[in-house]
Amino acid sequence: MKALLLRDLKLALRAGGGFGLGLAFFLIVTVLVPFSVGPQSELLARIAPGVLWLGALLACLLSLDRLLALDWEDGTLDLMATSPLPLEAVVTIKALAHWITTSLPLVLAAPVLGILLNLPTAGFQWLVVSLLLGTPALSVIGTFGAALTVGLKRGGLLLSLLVLPLYVPTLIFGAEAARRGADGMSVETPLLMLAGISAATLALLPFASAAVLRVNLR
Amino acid sequence: MPDLGKYAFDVLASYGASLLLLGGLLALTLGRGAKVRQDMHKMEQRSKSRG
Amino acid sequence: MSIWEYANPKKFLTTSERVLPVLWVLAGVLCAVGLIWGFFFTPDDYRQGASVKIMFVHVPAAFIAINAWFMMLVASLIWVIRRHHVSALAAKAAAPVGVVMTLIALITGALWGHQIWGTWWVWDPRLTSFLVLFLFYLGYIALWSAIEDPDTAADLTSILCLVGSVFAVLSRYAVLFWNQGLHQGASLSLDKEENVADAFSNPLYVCMAGFGFLFLVLVLYRTGTEIRARRIRALMMRERMDA
Repeated sequence: MKALLLRDLKLALRAGGGFGLGLAFFLIVTVLVPFSVGPQSELLARIAPGVLWLGALLACLLSLDRLLALDWEDGTLDLMATSPLPLEAVVTIKALAHWITTSLPLVLAAPVLGILLNLPTAGFQWLVVSLLLGTPALSVIGTFGAALTVGLKRGGLLLSLLVLPLYVPTLIFGAEAARRGADGMSVETPLLMLAGISAATLALLPFASAAVLRVNLR
Repeated sequence: MPDLGKYAFDVLASYGASLLLLGGLLALTLGRGAKVRQDMHKMEQRSKSRG
Repeated sequence: MSIWEYANPKKFLTTSERVLPVLWVLAGVLCAVGLIWGFFFTPDDYRQGASVKIMFVHVPAAFIAINAWFMMLVASLIWVIRRHHVSALAAKAAAPVGVVMTLIALITGALWGHQIWGTWWVWDPRLTSFLVLFLFYLGYIALWSAIEDPDTAADLTSILCLVGSVFAVLSRYAVLFWNQGLHQGASLSLDKEENVADAFSNPLYVCMAGFGFLFLVLVLYRTGTEIRARRIRALMMRERMDA
């Protein structure tokens, strides 16, 4: 399992693309927001938590179609399916690797981009905490979506259509926690819900992803 | 025709849009159903004649 | 080919062929009676005026929109567990009906809301949940149409339906938490004082029954179509093999 994780991490770093692209996308989206809504700092401060959450979510989404596609094309996935490691573990590792290579940099970049959007000082820590708690769910759900569309030639658009509705609860609780934090209100409830979603998806969704992958590998 | 007062547009548009959508669904369903039925009939005839 | 592949769908076709005419008439008559009754022969509400007539399409459509998804969930479960092909095809057949119903509920709701609430759309929990449900339907249908092999498609969509159901419920609660909303409570419930008056509820019941039968007819008919389409596919495969 460790070997698989290390392999995925190495591949993500070496191929270069996946690692930096998500971050660059996140940066560009954040820069585009003031252009579209205007430069008033009050307005930006108010929408900053939500915008950053949405940007992180979209950046995460963008990298999903590479999550399994490369291994699918060269037949690595077939090998993994026949290896002694259960497919459930494989998809969990894949999700974890995706989280480390894509989501974690986004979480770390978010406060920097928060400066650009005038995020209130109180909001920084809660933004990071909510992203830390929420992004695992995004990665795991995304893996499920990637597993569903892995066999399709042009699965990218379909993948977004399938995954985005599933992201709704995570986005609501995550952005709500970040917003409340920025407004100096109590963040306990949304954070707990967010953690609950992450824990539940992490525990249950790999089974669905593995089942889907088995169907696709049949 | 009942007097719909100031809501005339909304009520009529609601009924109109709903009936239109349902009609469209019905037409699509029946159209495809008839076509598939015909195709299957043709196919079965062909496979029967070929033995 | 196993026995289920052939015998069960065949039985479904002959049985549905027999009951469908009755159901068509029943659905048509109930819908017509309910809608005509609701449109022409109900009084205006003392607060909402004539706009209350929108309810006779809005509420049944919303009711079917949710229950269609529920039916798809049950059908998907049956497919996953028992692997009856008819079940998977019934789920496929129901989805477009559900989409149309959701769309009707959304459109009529907007038309009603723009007079009563003074706005076409608010991010009220119920409206938002319906919009999310609409997106789920779209994803489900898109996945069906994207996959060539019918059995793979049935497997993947049914798992998506199961997972989607959990997330749909979750979204419902998330949305409730996110915005308390101004949608009125349930229009029909047995224990509530604030229920709609009899003058409205009777035609509404007829409309709901009508829409229910309409849904049933459409799903049965569409399932039959899907079964035939599958049979055509099988015959074509055989021809290609022979040739």
